[in-house]
Amino acid sequence: MAKTDMKISVRNLHKKLGPRQVLRGIDLDVAKGQSLVVIGGSGSGKSVMLKCIIGLMKADKGEVVVDGRNIARHTEADRRFMTKQSGMLFQGSALFDSLRIWENVAFRLLHAEKSSRKAAQKKAMECLAQVGLAPEVGDLTPSELSGGMQKRVSLARAIASDPQILFFDEPTTGLDPIMADVINNLIVERVKALGATAISITHDMASARKIADEIAMLYQGCIIWRGKPDEIGNSDNPMVDQFVNGRAEGPITMSVKHV
Amino acid sequence: MNIFAATGNLTLDALRETGRVSIFAGQGALAWFSGPFYWRAFFGALVRIGFTSLPVVGLTAIFTGAALALNIYDGSLRFNAETFLPQILSVSIVRELGPVLAALMVAGRCSSAMAAEIGTMRVTEQVDAMSTLAVDPFKYLIAPRILATTLVLPLLVLTADIIGIYGGYLVSVYALDFAGPVYIQNISEFIEARDVVTGLIKAGVFGFLISVMGCYYGYTSSGGAQGVGSATRTAVVASAVVVLASNYLLTSLFVQV
Ligand SMILES: Nc1ncnc2c1ncn2[C@@H]1O[C@H](COP(=O)(O)OP(=O)(O)O)[C@@H](O)[C@H]1O
Ligand SMILES: [Mg+2]
Repeated sequence: MAKTDMKISVRNLHKKLGPRQVLRGIDLDVAKGQSLVVIGGSGSGKSVMLKCIIGLMKADKGEVVVDGRNIARHTEADRRFMTKQSGMLFQGSALFDSLRIWENVAFRLLHAEKSSRKAAQKKAMECLAQVGLAPEVGDLTPSELSGGMQKRVSLARAIASDPQILFFDEPTTGLDPIMADVINNLIVERVKALGATAISITHDMASARKIADEIAMLYQGCIIWRGKPDEIGNSDNPMVDQFVNGRAEGPITMSVKHV
Repeated sequence: MNIFAATGNLTLDALRETGRVSIFAGQGALAWFSGPFYWRAFFGALVRIGFTSLPVVGLTAIFTGAALALNIYDGSLRFNAETFLPQILSVSIVRELGPVLAALMVAGRCSSAMAAEIGTMRVTEQVDAMSTLAVDPFKYLIAPRILATTLVLPLLVLTADIIGIYGGYLVSVYALDFAGPVYIQNISEFIEARDVVTGLIKAGVFGFLISVMGCYYGYTSSGGAQGVGSATRTAVVASAVVVLASNYLLTSLFVQV
């Protein structure tokens, strides 16, 4: 496929953190309006990869091309270009705990886009409704909500400015299966409604199957497999097999010390 | 490792840290002049730092003024100079004790709070989330706190000066048999604007340094609750030390011997 069809192209991305070479040459392409899910074990560098793409971390080497513009040099303008059109749901929700829920959702409108408080509150309430939360929730603070509700608020905050690119970092981790499925449905629905391009990270296979147009697997800092969700069951890749079936025995070894 | 290498490494680490704090302070101050300024965050910080520090600063000042009056009286009796008590007391408070004690109280209360707040936001990724929402954490979290502390500490010190002198007044009049009007007249004839103003300039510098320390250690903290805990501790110790050290430097600038 020609490079220009791609909303996001990642080329040869490297990142070292402390003594550890976390990313060793990531290559990824996501076409406009597609939803890519990246799976991989805990600590395999999924969050680091996402942070390098969105511009929260500076990659050591490689390119991140968004709409034909390489933003990996990480200048002020690059970061503004990226944040302007993207939204992210963080692994731990990362809601501002000193602010009320509606102020969280409307944060960008209030402080970056200079909307009036009234207009921002109205938009926040709409977004809360879109993720299935009652208007009363708007006046609570994050600590008064359950984990599942916090994820919903975080989703509402990410979509509040109608972004073209969405990033989801383990949106369902730590939720019960039913709530996880609710979040998955919301993600699929919202991404479709916005026509957005999405990159999600998860180690929850049910979630991956549900929200992915394509799945890629990250292992030891590289993308080792990529395919459609229905192909992942017979990928002919022993590492993917082991991950999908959740076996402790196989080519992937967790460094667990046996006593 | 030999002792020279160890000393050298320690020195280099300290210099590196000083460099990083200086860059941070510069960025924090620059953020006042460029782009959006978050008034709501600024006034919030002003109230939290200034208003809520009043009781503790007032208490510190009144007891210190009272104790100082007794000590000065007792000391100056030895060479029959006890009539100068009001003058000595007021100049000590206005130039030295007001700024330093108020700054130390604010260092304990506010630099720790800043380090804990910003540190918690850092380790729970709220700082990152803010960036992805197109709001610069430097402008939203750091700049308003630094500006608020720099502006409000002189006001707190002025209050501490007045209350401290009043503490001295209470002891002088009710325990040491000074005449109230004479005490006040002596002070107002003796104190010069220079005494008060240098104290307030000190206070502004202290406010800047205290908030820079609180914000810096919070902003750079990592590693969960323990990281935030140690950031908080470091912030308090560092801000107390820079207050005391810069106090000497500023005093030696103001007092030409
Ligand atoms: N800020 C950081 N400093 C140092 N090491 C980090 C940092 N962030 C992540 N790491 C390390 O990078 C590796 C990958 O982390 P991460 O991307 O969070 O994993 P996950 O795939 O579970 O999201 C881990 O070994 C982690 O210890
Ligand atoms: Mg992660």
